[in-house]
Amino acid sequence: MDLAYSAEYEAFRAETRAFLEANRHRFPSGWGGGNRPGPELLAWQRLLIEHGYAARTIPREYGGYGAEPDVLKSRIIAEEFTRARAPSGLSGQGISMLVPTLLEVGSEEQKRQYIAPTLRGEIIWCQGYSEPGSGSDLASLQTRAVEDGHDFVINGQKIWTSTAQYADMIFCLVRTEAERAKHQGISYILFPMSTPGIEVRPLKTMTGHAEFNEVFFTDVRVPQENVVGGRGAGWFVANATLKHERGMLGDPNAAGSRLSAIIELMNTETVDGQTLMQKPVMRDRLMKLQARVLAMQFHGLRLLTAAASGDDVGLARLIVKLEGCELNHQLAAFAIDVLGELGALYEGSPHLRAHGSWQRMYMFDLGLIIGGGTAQIQKNIISERGLGLPREPKLVRA
Amino acid sequence: MEFGLSQDQKMMQDSVHRTLERAAPLARVREAAEANAIARDVHKALADLGVTGLLIPESFGGAGLKLLDAALVSETLGRHAAPVPFIAASVMAPLALIHAGSPEQQQRVLPKLAAGETIAGVAIAESVSGTRDGAGLTASGGKLNGKALFVMDFADADLFVVADRACGLHLVEANAPGLTKTSLISIDRTRTLGEIACNNTPAEPLQNGNAAEVLSRMRDAGWVMLAADTLGAGWHMIDQAVAYAKERKQFDRVIGSFQAVKHMCAEMAAELEPCRSLVWYAAHAFDAIPADAALTAAHAKAHTSEIGRFVARTATEVHGGMGMTDLLGLHYWFKRIGLNRQLLGGPERVRDLAAAMQGFAAAS
Repeated sequence: MDLAYSAEYEAFRAETRAFLEANRHRFPSGWGGGNRPGPELLAWQRLLIEHGYAARTIPREYGGYGAEPDVLKSRIIAEEFTRARAPSGLSGQGISMLVPTLLEVGSEEQKRQYIAPTLRGEIIWCQGYSEPGSGSDLASLQTRAVEDGHDFVINGQKIWTSTAQYADMIFCLVRTEAERAKHQGISYILFPMSTPGIEVRPLKTMTGHAEFNEVFFTDVRVPQENVVGGRGAGWFVANATLKHERGMLGDPNAAGSRLSAIIELMNTETVDGQTLMQKPVMRDRLMKLQARVLAMQFHGLRLLTAAASGDDVGLARLIVKLEGCELNHQLAAFAIDVLGELGALYEGSPHLRAHGSWQRMYMFDLGLIIGGGTAQIQKNIISERGLGLPREPKLVRA
Repeated sequence: MEFGLSQDQKMMQDSVHRTLERAAPLARVREAAEANAIARDVHKALADLGVTGLLIPESFGGAGLKLLDAALVSETLGRHAAPVPFIAASVMAPLALIHAGSPEQQQRVLPKLAAGETIAGVAIAESVSGTRDGAGLTASGGKLNGKALFVMDFADADLFVVADRACGLHLVEANAPGLTKTSLISIDRTRTLGEIACNNTPAEPLQNGNAAEVLSRMRDAGWVMLAADTLGAGWHMIDQAVAYAKERKQFDRVIGSFQAVKHMCAEMAAELEPCRSLVWYAAHAFDAIPADAALTAAHAKAHTSEIGRFVARTATEVHGGMGMTDLLGLHYWFKRIGLNRQLLGGPERVRDLAAAMQGFAAAS
């Protein structure tokens, strides 16, 4: 156990800090509010890739920085960006899910065509996985791709498709072999969102915003060579990306920032002239949550060390999505309670605090508990893969 | 940056585990618990491994290791519900002597503690979690008066490290004149707890350091050890529940194939496993990161106590009616976790202290 970084890493930290200091004037002002990244952000992303603070381990030939994977350096970058309040590089499903998938199973041509512009933020992707009838049982998906000459003709519907309203491309799961077993008839295919026959309808949620979309395909014609990883292999290709998504959804640093914001809130908000921090019941709830946040942060350090050394940590990694999403949700819930009646106010109201973000997070985060593998699916994974309990027996059809 | 155990630490923990597998099977735990007595044979086997002298400097015959090593031992003792003294006798009392004892006191006591020849109980409950039933010790002119409750590692103790009302620390011989000992019977009979009453009882002050600071260090170490014990006991209960769920059949299926049961097991594992990282960090901070030591020790204690209660009841429930029986013996771990939760302050008390440490509220 040694929480200090070696000289090599301290030098890397100093270098990162110096970079951020020298480029503070280039920090983009914001994402641009649920839209495509603007020119300022695209320029920032290019600068980050050039210096190895984004796309760090993606090979140079595909437009990345080409460094060896090093989880400690990645962590130092994240820590220093947070410390300097610097916007980190672009994220999103193209960069976090499609690019790793292409690197693993894409053809040389697909890698050359898509990875570099995706990293630069020039191609925005959306993910076409879930369907109205296929959520947790994703492999039961029904969107059909029927062979017609050199093309597939796609018909069906996707749901929960975030960014579809402005995405350039979609990576999509479709059923190419209707007669085969459900896991074997799926293909993973890429196509432009401008292809004729695609209709995007915003899906408004309880937050009052349309964070997602429904996407309808009517005779959408896509060349067969756009399949990634081989026809019928889509389920296995998709599982490679789901692995990346689950890592992304349980970020313990988000919980730390939320906790700091709540402490600030409790020290400033008053009732009858007393701060909320002076209320023993509220303080006790804060302490309960602080313990959980610390536990998950230290748990993150443990996983980081294990990833660097290749140690087997058993089920420790499997619990991160379940515990991390639940904790973030509980933090938002507590902030609402700290605010009392003010906590019920929402966008547009007088006396509103933090633009209504605690309620918005509380509602949106329920979606994160459900999405990317529901809490119940996570518990199946933990009990089956982590504890070795048997799978639910299959129903025998009469 | 390395947040994990060394090869040496893994091997040490494994050797304690294997020793206890051999020396303290359920039958031996049961025998000791029925008598509410220390298993001297098990204690001897652990002393031979160096467990009793783990934290004591090599110059006094110990191993000179750190609190993280002690936490790994405590976890393993909890895993086996080992009926032996440890947290007071081999962690808190040695720390008191190391940090507040005179060279003469250290030379006289530490080698015997290291060898396991002397057992030291610790009476600091009043200064950590407040006084109940009129307890509290007053020191004056080398004599102690009053009483102390919830003395840890009480049975067979040859001497006691006690705190007085002014946070002064003292060493008291178990056979000192005017000392009356009364056993307290807790739910957990794998460890011993008691009360001492002093009537002009001679005591030696431990005054070679800032006693209040040393007392805080003993408290922090005690919190981490109790958390580690619950971590080990909790994982034992999860392992038992999982094994039972893989074997027990109802409705022609093993009950572990029902999601209702699987999810209980998953929830226990998901809640308890992060406690391991919290315990490791707090133990490491105790020696290496002073600024974080007290706060993380408090959180480790309070949080692991909460999760421990959830695991203890849920793991019992997975066993159905069998979980309640004396025959199965699961209740030894259930009760161990129950005692750990209350000792040195229940979760609310400890969280109150954690808030005060950060300046969130005046210390109460």
